[in-house]
Amino acid sequence: MSGQSFRIRDKGRIDRSKPVRFTFDGKSYEGFEGDTLASALIANGVHLIGRSFKYHRPRGILAAGSEEPNALIQLGGGNKSEPNLRATQIEIFDGLEAASQNRWPCLKFDVGAVNSVFHRLFPAGFYYKTFMWPASLWLKYEHVIRHAAGLGKAPPDRDPDRYEKVHAHADVLIVGGGPAGLAAALAAGKTGARVILADETADWGGSLLSESDCEIDGKEPARWVEESVAELEAMPEVTLVKRCTITGYYDHNYLTGLERVSDHLGAAPEHTPRQRLWKIRAKRVVLATGALERPLVFTDNDRPGVMLSSAVRTYVNRYGVLPGRKTVIFTNNDDAYRTALALEDAHGRVAAIVDVRTSVTGPLADAVRAKGITVYENHGIVSVQGTQKVTSVEVMQLDANGTGVTGTAKSVNCDLIAMSGGWNPTVHLFSQSKGKLTWDTEMAAFIPGTASQALASTGACNGTMGLADSLKEGLKLGAEAAREAGHKGRAPAAPKATEPEQGGLRPLWITPGKAKLGRKGKHFVDFQNDVTAADVQLAAREGYRSVEHLKRYTTTGMGTDQGKTSNVNALAILSDVLASDIPAVGTTTFRPPYTPATIGAYTGRNVGKLFEPVRKTRIDEWARANGAKFEHVGQWMRAWYFPKQGETFRQAIDREVKAVRDGCGILDASTLGKIDIQGPDAAEFLNRIYTNAWLKLGVGRCRYGLMLKEDGMVMDDGVTTCIGENHYHMTTTTGGAANVLSWLEEWHQTEWPDLKVFFSSVTEQWSVVAINGPKSRAVLQKLCEDVDFSAEAFPFMAMKEGTVAGIPARLYRISFTGELSFEINVPARYGLALWEALMEAGKEFDITPYGTETMHVLRAEKGFIIVGQETDGTVNPLDLGMDWIVSKKKPDFVGKRSLERESMASPDRKQLVGLLTEDPQTVLPEGGHVVEKLKPEPPMEMLGHVTSSYYSPNCGRSIAMALIKGGHARHGQTLHVPLEDKVVKVTVTEPRFFDLEGERIDG
Amino acid sequence: MKGSANGMRALRGGASRYSIFALARNALSYHENWQKAWRSPEPKPEYDVIIVGGGGHGLATAYYLASVHGIRNIAVVEKGWVGGGNTGRNTTIIRSNYLWDESAGIYEHALKLWEGMSQELNFNVMFSQRGVLTLAHSEHELKEMRRRVEAIRLNGIDSEVMSPAQIKQLVPIIDTNPGIRYPVMGGFIQRRGGTARHDAVAWGYARAADDLGVDIIQNCEVTGILRDGGKVTGIETNRGTIKAKKVGVVTAGHSGVVASMAGLNLPIDSRPLQALVSEPIKPCIDTVVMSNAVHMYISQSDKGELVFGAGVDSYNSYSQRGSIPTVEGLLAAAVELYPIVSRLRVLRTWGGIVDTCPDASPIISKTPVDGLYFNCGWGTGGFKATPGSGHVFADLIARDEPNAIAAPFSLKRFETGYLIDEHGAAGVAH
Repeated sequence: MSGQSFRIRDKGRIDRSKPVRFTFDGKSYEGFEGDTLASALIANGVHLIGRSFKYHRPRGILAAGSEEPNALIQLGGGNKSEPNLRATQIEIFDGLEAASQNRWPCLKFDVGAVNSVFHRLFPAGFYYKTFMWPASLWLKYEHVIRHAAGLGKAPPDRDPDRYEKVHAHADVLIVGGGPAGLAAALAAGKTGARVILADETADWGGSLLSESDCEIDGKEPARWVEESVAELEAMPEVTLVKRCTITGYYDHNYLTGLERVSDHLGAAPEHTPRQRLWKIRAKRVVLATGALERPLVFTDNDRPGVMLSSAVRTYVNRYGVLPGRKTVIFTNNDDAYRTALALEDAHGRVAAIVDVRTSVTGPLADAVRAKGITVYENHGIVSVQGTQKVTSVEVMQLDANGTGVTGTAKSVNCDLIAMSGGWNPTVHLFSQSKGKLTWDTEMAAFIPGTASQALASTGACNGTMGLADSLKEGLKLGAEAAREAGHKGRAPAAPKATEPEQGGLRPLWITPGKAKLGRKGKHFVDFQNDVTAADVQLAAREGYRSVEHLKRYTTTGMGTDQGKTSNVNALAILSDVLASDIPAVGTTTFRPPYTPATIGAYTGRNVGKLFEPVRKTRIDEWARANGAKFEHVGQWMRAWYFPKQGETFRQAIDREVKAVRDGCGILDASTLGKIDIQGPDAAEFLNRIYTNAWLKLGVGRCRYGLMLKEDGMVMDDGVTTCIGENHYHMTTTTGGAANVLSWLEEWHQTEWPDLKVFFSSVTEQWSVVAINGPKSRAVLQKLCEDVDFSAEAFPFMAMKEGTVAGIPARLYRISFTGELSFEINVPARYGLALWEALMEAGKEFDITPYGTETMHVLRAEKGFIIVGQETDGTVNPLDLGMDWIVSKKKPDFVGKRSLERESMASPDRKQLVGLLTEDPQTVLPEGGHVVEKLKPEPPMEMLGHVTSSYYSPNCGRSIAMALIKGGHARHGQTLHVPLEDKVVKVTVTEPRFFDLEGERIDG
Repeated sequence: MKGSANGMRALRGGASRYSIFALARNALSYHENWQKAWRSPEPKPEYDVIIVGGGGHGLATAYYLASVHGIRNIAVVEKGWVGGGNTGRNTTIIRSNYLWDESAGIYEHALKLWEGMSQELNFNVMFSQRGVLTLAHSEHELKEMRRRVEAIRLNGIDSEVMSPAQIKQLVPIIDTNPGIRYPVMGGFIQRRGGTARHDAVAWGYARAADDLGVDIIQNCEVTGILRDGGKVTGIETNRGTIKAKKVGVVTAGHSGVVASMAGLNLPIDSRPLQALVSEPIKPCIDTVVMSNAVHMYISQSDKGELVFGAGVDSYNSYSQRGSIPTVEGLLAAAVELYPIVSRLRVLRTWGGIVDTCPDASPIISKTPVDGLYFNCGWGTGGFKATPGSGHVFADLIARDEPNAIAAPFSLKRFETGYLIDEHGAAGVAH
């Protein structure tokens, strides 16, 4: 075959001046700009495109749009490769490389087709009945099954392309740019409403582009489309988005769309994303999504060369290609007669029309007969010859009720079967919106019933099949939607439209074959998943009678086409077996997305560095320059420790820890959560949220507080300071900041709305530097002249405002180390300047920067807890030995009632203790578990676990804290920590190890 | 276990066995002679036990009541179709590597039952022990992991710590570059964990229970719970009154609603949990991999679809679907850890409603109403518990007394405070 020998000379909307070269399975072909991969392959006489999922049957092209179940290909190579794309939707570009999938070694000869030989062993759900013995072999069986399954392949590495998101609002969103959608957009647009019109394809006009036998206002339909689009483009409030599939319909008229911005170009131009995810909130939605043609279910209806009748017409009229030179039309309705006429018009021969209806009359039938085409009434196709392309069919007369055939078979040579089983309105989005579907007996299809959101359906998706009616309805509903969205205007007069008149259809859900169903040949219902009519009947026979059971048992409708061509046929066959009405059997739930949507588009720009951006302090830069190692804390990156040249982790930490206690250490504490609390009821609010008393805290005084959840367990802690009258500054843990703010808001908004109090996060507004150690006062005094630092004038747990290194600052005398300590808060942008000034001033005192690890060791020496380390949501203040912070006098606080429950007094509660290892050099691993009765091997009863464990250079030995059952009564006991490789003996102590009398706090 | 099939005997109730031989034999008759997997009987006027809810847990309960406790006059009533709730909507992950002893107890009990389920039920539920790997992405998570691994080990349950290099070898598509936002710093795997075919679990239990005489009544919605002087006497349904000596309720996603029919107020929050699958592709990941820091988990089904899940949506709802931001967050996390998924496509997204207790642990309990039992509150992780949950719930109903495994999950714990708080331990619950 040479060149585009199936190209029709004078038809189609392709640009013949722009040839495009592409390859399929390594072979080079030519098409034209405007072709899809499917139309270009048809132009070149290529019909074998892929292999089916289960039986590896040869498959061709069934449809011309997004409902295509068969013609799936792998597009491109390397990291831009993409599996499972539908050839019917790919716009070709120069250099396009496509390959068939799910075949080995090649498409024409596929070893997997051996499944077809053993097909009788593989009915629906066969795998539930076998592979059970011996049990140990299941993973081996499964390995084989897994490798046989799957379709295309994932690309090998990172996606080089970029994706964007659009957040849009519309008065009226119109989905689908066919006749009804365009009409709705015109009417809504004229009112001045903000309209978005989206269509899944590259061209406006929808079905109109496939028709050659109708007129609108005396013009070719394509002309009307052009004029309408031009009119819409001139409206400033109307946005037209092509190549944009509306994929999801969520609550409150929120819809998503996937726009393929540059896929059709091969490579995205600079500054252009590959795809965009649209997120649209619309006041009103008009669905004009058209209808999908149903296949007929007959013997071997899956052969390459069996195509939907409307798709044949699309290929002829829109793309100017002939899917076959000699066609048999198989139909249950008049629409397929239009295909016969279109083929004749394009010099394709129609060998016969096989119609299941008993008597066919009307203008279309007359026109066809006038052309000399044989019409077999009350007949069906009983067999299809040709494995890799149709070569002929056998036709027989149907019996009285259509369940069998009579007479003798007539053979008709052909290379194309164009079939039509009627139309299914595309109700997917309507159904996603939670609208209720109703069964239309005349159409034998589901149409929209009661809506549950602010939407309207128009045109074919509403069951309005005639062109004139669709235009009229579209205009009416478009104007209505705009009015409902607050605009004024009436629907313009509908244009005059003519098209061939059509009669009714005969729903015949299974075309009987020569043998009983399932005995010879296969009647496919779901092409992609290889589900046959016999499978559906088997499932029903075995009791899988609910639609969902049918779907899940047979996998019908579970393919990448989501059953667009199979659902209603499967349902009808099921209802037949159940002797029940189709609407009584019901439909499955349509789930988003309407067509598969790229994961990268949902991700948008939230990839790599922009995926949850790292939070850094103003001092981060200095820490990096000075060799700090970092750790992740919540979303923050914090300096972990500052090793000097050649130091190990342990050496660096020991040095830092000693330096703080001997002289002065400096820590970047900016990540602590900070919440500004104001209002006349601020103190009352704090009094209810914290466990201790807050009503009498004076201005300039700080207090440590513990917050509990309703269940009485510790949630967060921190120091809160009274800054002024009705004004507090709360600090939280680094990781807990956002949770605490939400917590405060939740209690305020839902439980205590009467309290006048306001919360603002100020974490980012302040840089915080903590200097700790006996020399810290001396360092600070060098930089701050307006504050009296004497212990009397500036006691522990006080706050003063002053000027540090010329920067206005709040100085908090609080301590997380037990040392004399100041936390200096300055406006965030001065953080680095403050840090550098302190480093300079501290030089003579050997000031030592330290990170989170040293902070942890220092506080552990003192027995201070870290929420999230000593607590895990199951620890109450009493467990921590912090009874002193739980007020006995307050009438209530969050968690108070829970603290009174029976279990809280249980002697078996896990309580915080210290652990000292028998060998002082052994450092226990955090997370190790403590047992009393050691057993040679697990299982053994655990008392609890090690929460914190370090080597303490100030104590000259290892120290650890642990939560263990009845810990407070176990002081002095010897217990064991069994590790994978050894057992460590430990003695239980107080959870405090250094400066037990608290003598160091004033320096 | 009493009456467990050893793989060769006939089903006890006389239903024909499934096997490769049965398939071959039926192929000769064009598969026209297969029996119904379960009957569709009309409800009888009275049963010894009614189980409300035909999901995996409810059907398993009925099966074990019949097979272990010899009670045969049982009905399972189901509002829709069996397995149509969370049983058919979850991401099918099975593991027992829990932190707390009580949780380890119930989930390990379940895991042991999973290991013989296909043979016991004579229905291939495709329980596939492909391993469940949990990742750690920070120093803090490594320490948390250590705690969990130690606890699991000392409970006698399998668990292995893995280095980033070992993880890369096991899961080649994972990005172990130390420079990414949440670098993979280690992980631990439970090799006995894995996945199963969720629908098959419901169908397998339904068929086996039906074989033992249990009536499975679909399209039967409970509208009231009948009581007489503090004792349950039956249920009111859209198909009439059905009397019962005992009623067990297992209606995940709707437990609070059913409880209110008996005047009970459960400590339960109902929220949507979403999941999604990609289009099927050739195998690229064999193990289930979970990550708390990036908040998602992934596996690949036998059909080739990548199965993704994350945390619950943040609002209460009974509508079985969630919101798009949850999906966006989940997929951003997926691309971060598995860059190759970016060009794959989402095939289907869906949601189920999960009932969660304040301590993120389930309720398996008697109630203040005599003869009325509740099994609920499994949150996001109920599927893996299916056989264990059914087994101990059947025991509770039969004996009117919880066994050692079920006892900690009593409703009473919300009064006494003996909570089993799995929040901190589970992170992304699953």
